[in-house]
Amino acid sequence: MLVRIRNLVKEFDITGGWLDQFRFSGGRIEREKTIVRAVNGVSIDIPEGRTVSVVGESGCGKSTLARTVMRLYPPEAGEVYYREQRIDNLSSKELKPFRTRMQMVFQDPYASLNPRMTLGKILREPVHFHQPKLAKGEVRDRVAAVMEQVGIDPDWQSRYPHELSGGQRQRISIARALTVEPEFIVADEPIAALDVSIQAQILNLMMDLQEEHKLTYLFISHDLSVVEHISNQVAVMYLGCLCELATAEELFSGPRHPYTQALLSAIPRLGKRAGHERLSGDVPSPISLPPGCVFHTRCRHARERCRREIPVLSEVEGGSRVACHGVEEGRI
Amino acid sequence: MINFLRRLRSSDFSYYFFRDPIALVSFAVLLVLVVAAFSAPLIAPHNPYDPTTIDIMDSELPPAWAAEGSRNFLLGTDDMGRGMFSTMLYGMRISIIIGLGAVLLQAMIGIVVGLLSGYIKRLDSILMRIADVQLSFSTYMIAIFIGATFQMVFGVANYEKIAAPLLILIIGLAEWPQYARTVRASVLAERQKEYIEAARVIGLSKVRIMWRHILPNTLSPVLVISTVQVANAIMSEAALSFLGLGMPQNKPSLGSLITSGFEYIFSGSWWITIFPGILLVTLILVINLLGDWVRDYLNPKLYKG
Repeated sequence: MLVRIRNLVKEFDITGGWLDQFRFSGGRIEREKTIVRAVNGVSIDIPEGRTVSVVGESGCGKSTLARTVMRLYPPEAGEVYYREQRIDNLSSKELKPFRTRMQMVFQDPYASLNPRMTLGKILREPVHFHQPKLAKGEVRDRVAAVMEQVGIDPDWQSRYPHELSGGQRQRISIARALTVEPEFIVADEPIAALDVSIQAQILNLMMDLQEEHKLTYLFISHDLSVVEHISNQVAVMYLGCLCELATAEELFSGPRHPYTQALLSAIPRLGKRAGHERLSGDVPSPISLPPGCVFHTRCRHARERCRREIPVLSEVEGGSRVACHGVEEGRI
Repeated sequence: MINFLRRLRSSDFSYYFFRDPIALVSFAVLLVLVVAAFSAPLIAPHNPYDPTTIDIMDSELPPAWAAEGSRNFLLGTDDMGRGMFSTMLYGMRISIIIGLGAVLLQAMIGIVVGLLSGYIKRLDSILMRIADVQLSFSTYMIAIFIGATFQMVFGVANYEKIAAPLLILIIGLAEWPQYARTVRASVLAERQKEYIEAARVIGLSKVRIMWRHILPNTLSPVLVISTVQVANAIMSEAALSFLGLGMPQNKPSLGSLITSGFEYIFSGSWWITIFPGILLVTLILVINLLGDWVRDYLNPKLYKG
């Protein structure tokens, strides 16, 4: 395994200032915090050279998971291993060598490039930072080579991001990740902000680059058809918890978890009458998670046990891993 | 350099600038005033700092066009016999230097504090409370306090030597929270953007991210408040000088000129106060008009038609 994520937990304190934490109730001053549980004990293994996708609706914690793995957020609990070396508790200095091995591509190409820097400067900065001894000519050659690979004319180095279209910017964003020659790339909805025609180009580019550089992807998306196309393995998240982890074929042909079933039934299909499975109600607030299985408030198959006991991810026949009491008991 | 000028000529900036008569006129007036102030030793007919050229018999002469006026002194003379025109040019130079110096000091403190409190959450509360405390003191109160203390400690004679740097220091220290708040607000907006996260994923240090990535993106509001702050600093200096806590009489700024003439205004010598007053108002007005124009230019939501 290239990357192993073990029981990762990320919480955000949204109480605000220190003074806001104190409440006056019943004649006593109490200190209380409001905590959003964005990621609750997620475990995923990412094998080398493969693409693992994380899907789920907005607010389910998939971007937070990606950012926590990249240590943009420090995790509250759990472990992240890179080639069996624990990296979640390293200081930013100790983490520096890993920064060249794992890189990230962001969602919004209009916000992910510094508007005051030229493309050349954006692409040279990571190389200069990680290999300060590299001669100027070598840096220039590497930047030109990477630009060529992502399909941007290397002569554009003196241009500014605002002179580029969304798709071209996303290519630069990918190029920036590639300049340090990483093995592992976390892509946080890299195509969600692009036109459909450009989405296909960027996806193909990413798949070509994967082949060429033996890259491993952790691919965050809410677009199920894209995920089916690009991934080897798919992880489905709901309210910060992992519901189902399976190979792409397994998951799309026979989803096991009731939430995955509902999610997949929402994909529009040609020539078929809409067979949507409607979920009732809203997603509960991540501030006060429901007890037991987080999905039980909206699940058709919920029983008493689902309201009390948190299901654990366990393997079912076919190789999928599902966190559901119903599947475990054989009633779904 | 030529490249820069070529880019400037074809930029939006010059396009809008040359189509706005107020901005053009303000800029022209400001340019004339600043050039006149800084070339004062070359163009002024007299040197007000050289006591040997001053004749007390010339004191309180009215402007040249009045009946008793002398052709030697275009705008008349003050109570010590210095030509008003020359003294005003030298005085304006002092006012502008103090204004720019104070704003430079404010900007340096304010930008550093603003970056730190916007980017490093732990420092935010403490730094911003310090800024609030600073803001709750009136500039003039601090200035009067420090100015009076220094005059006592150094004696009036020595005070003259340190008056200009001291005024820069006082006005600079009193107004930095303006910068700190503006910079902090734009840092808070910028730090949310993904290019900052990208810089963090590369592994860049906090200082480098603040300095190289965030600061360049927060400079346009800084530019806008800088113009207003220069005008404010010149006004503060004039007000302090008017109260007798600014520049001494033998090295007058515009404010101290206005004060020195104030005692004579009822004896008929109106020109000693009125001319520096008009000059001060013109200077502040054109700086503020230019500042307004820059603000409108940098905020496309305010474009007219």
